[in-house]
Amino acid sequence: MHYIHLVARVIIFSLYAVAFNLMYGTTGLVSFGHALFYGVGAYITGMLVKATSPEYFLLFVILGAAGAAFISIFIGLLTLRLTGVYFTMLTLAFAQLAWGLTFKLYHFTGGDDGIQGIERPAMLVGGPTKYYIFSFIVVTICMYILWRVRRSPFGSVLNCARQNPQRITFLGLNVYKNQLKAFIISAFFAGAAGGLYAGLDGSIHPDMLHWPTSGNAILMATIGGMGTFFGPVVGAGILTGLEEIVGKYTEYWSFSIGVVVLVVVLLFPRGVLGIRRAAGNKNKEEKETEVVCNS
Amino acid sequence: MDINTLIAQFISGLSVAMLLFLVSSGLTLIFGVVNVLNFAHGSFYLLGTYFTYQLMQMFDNFWVGLLVGVVGAGIVGIVVEVAFLRRIYGREQEGAFQLLMTYAFILIIDDIVKFIWGPEYKTIPKPESLMGSLTIGDTVVPIYNVFIIVVGLLVVLFAWYFLTKTDKGKVVRASSLDRAMLGLLGTNVPMIMTLVFGVATAMGGLAGILAAPLRTVTPGAGIEVIIDSLIVVVIGGFGNFWGALLGALIIGEVLSFGILWMPELATVLTFIVMIIVLIVKPEGLLSKKTVGRR
Repeated sequence: MHYIHLVARVIIFSLYAVAFNLMYGTTGLVSFGHALFYGVGAYITGMLVKATSPEYFLLFVILGAAGAAFISIFIGLLTLRLTGVYFTMLTLAFAQLAWGLTFKLYHFTGGDDGIQGIERPAMLVGGPTKYYIFSFIVVTICMYILWRVRRSPFGSVLNCARQNPQRITFLGLNVYKNQLKAFIISAFFAGAAGGLYAGLDGSIHPDMLHWPTSGNAILMATIGGMGTFFGPVVGAGILTGLEEIVGKYTEYWSFSIGVVVLVVVLLFPRGVLGIRRAAGNKNKEEKETEVVCNS
Repeated sequence: MDINTLIAQFISGLSVAMLLFLVSSGLTLIFGVVNVLNFAHGSFYLLGTYFTYQLMQMFDNFWVGLLVGVVGAGIVGIVVEVAFLRRIYGREQEGAFQLLMTYAFILIIDDIVKFIWGPEYKTIPKPESLMGSLTIGDTVVPIYNVFIIVVGLLVVLFAWYFLTKTDKGKVVRASSLDRAMLGLLGTNVPMIMTLVFGVATAMGGLAGILAAPLRTVTPGAGIEVIIDSLIVVVIGGFGNFWGALLGALIIGEVLSFGILWMPELATVLTFIVMIIVLIVKPEGLLSKKTVGRR
């Protein structure tokens, strides 16, 4: 029982991390505000279930994701004008702003307490296994779409924009517009992950929008390997596993995560999935991009 | 709302601003000279506080604790720079890795603090000589707040003198402009970076110690302060020392008056200020360098 719940968590976090990595790994822009989209997805889904009935749960998850994507249009328009650390800080500011508002708008969002008792549709009631299979299917579909996006010409453009933004401009493509599209897609799927998580736990709380949630996305993507598609999945597994295993013995599990991150940053900057490749060797995707970028 | 309340609020805002300045000037110095966004700066604030707490348990003297706390935070800062941060300078996508590494240090240092001193609230009393309050006209101001403002101003004066009037200060400024050239001219640049990191983290520790009697001491304090300081640094301009002062004054007063007028949304206000600055003048109020793509 407990382990199925754990696996479901890893699956949902995987979607969140892979969606985040569409920005981080592909465009190279570090968003420190993805908790905003994750949280908005969760709150929209949760509040719609609360307001109506849980029968249309899947529809609400999609609506939550759409809501996150809608917000990301405005945030993206403003934040993507900046690059580097300024982009990171501005995304952080928006997410913290949303977090603060969620906290203060007590009668609307439940403030500190969040919202409890989010029910699942009748079909998925009874044991976590059903919900686990449901989220597995949804996540797989989302992952497939994200995979196609990353392998598409659009994905190559994003990769190029990281490595050689000038060339993209010379080719007559707009870096800003393409990155904005990536930002919106990334926000959509982060929102979907949030919605799924609301159903898994049956509750939502403002911490889902707080900056450690944004930080977790960066941690998962980097630990697993930001240059690979499935790296963040591995990262999600490692992070959740550490929290679970170390958390069983001591409350100081974030110490262990800190140490793992330190080791990864110092010794395996390409992440766990990048270990096998010797430094300097490039994987297939990187090679292809290089060909596209330099031809 | 009478004028005395406003003045009192303004002065309390000034003391908040000075504490913020002590943290964020270190943050901005590190960014300017070492080119690292030290996300873990709040953890040094935390370490300073707890070192002082420990010393006060042993000797019951605020000033001894203050000294040891400042030096201790600086030493830990130097160790972190030499042993870890130095290894990732110049790496591809350095920014992301710096963020991650300093983030790892938040997790590690905060957990160590929690492990050694426990998660419960601690208090550091004000030193006896600074208790009580002054009455200026009809306005009552706690002496301790005045003390913080004075210390902050002394740091500003000293920094101004050091950075603009001395040769060493000139070297520090030069290293934020062109490190490679400075190295070619025979300066030991890595050494300067380490020392700046140490001094900056010591200043973070100082801020934590000075703030301790006004707030409660908890393992989460470092994280609260880092977010506020980041806002200050962004508003003033990354790596801009005087920008940190201006940003701290703005945020200190926004927090202070925000609590008066909209107690619900005071913290949210600071983010709004930051967002407005980033959209209107992304490089920060006092920086000339243009950033962004358009």
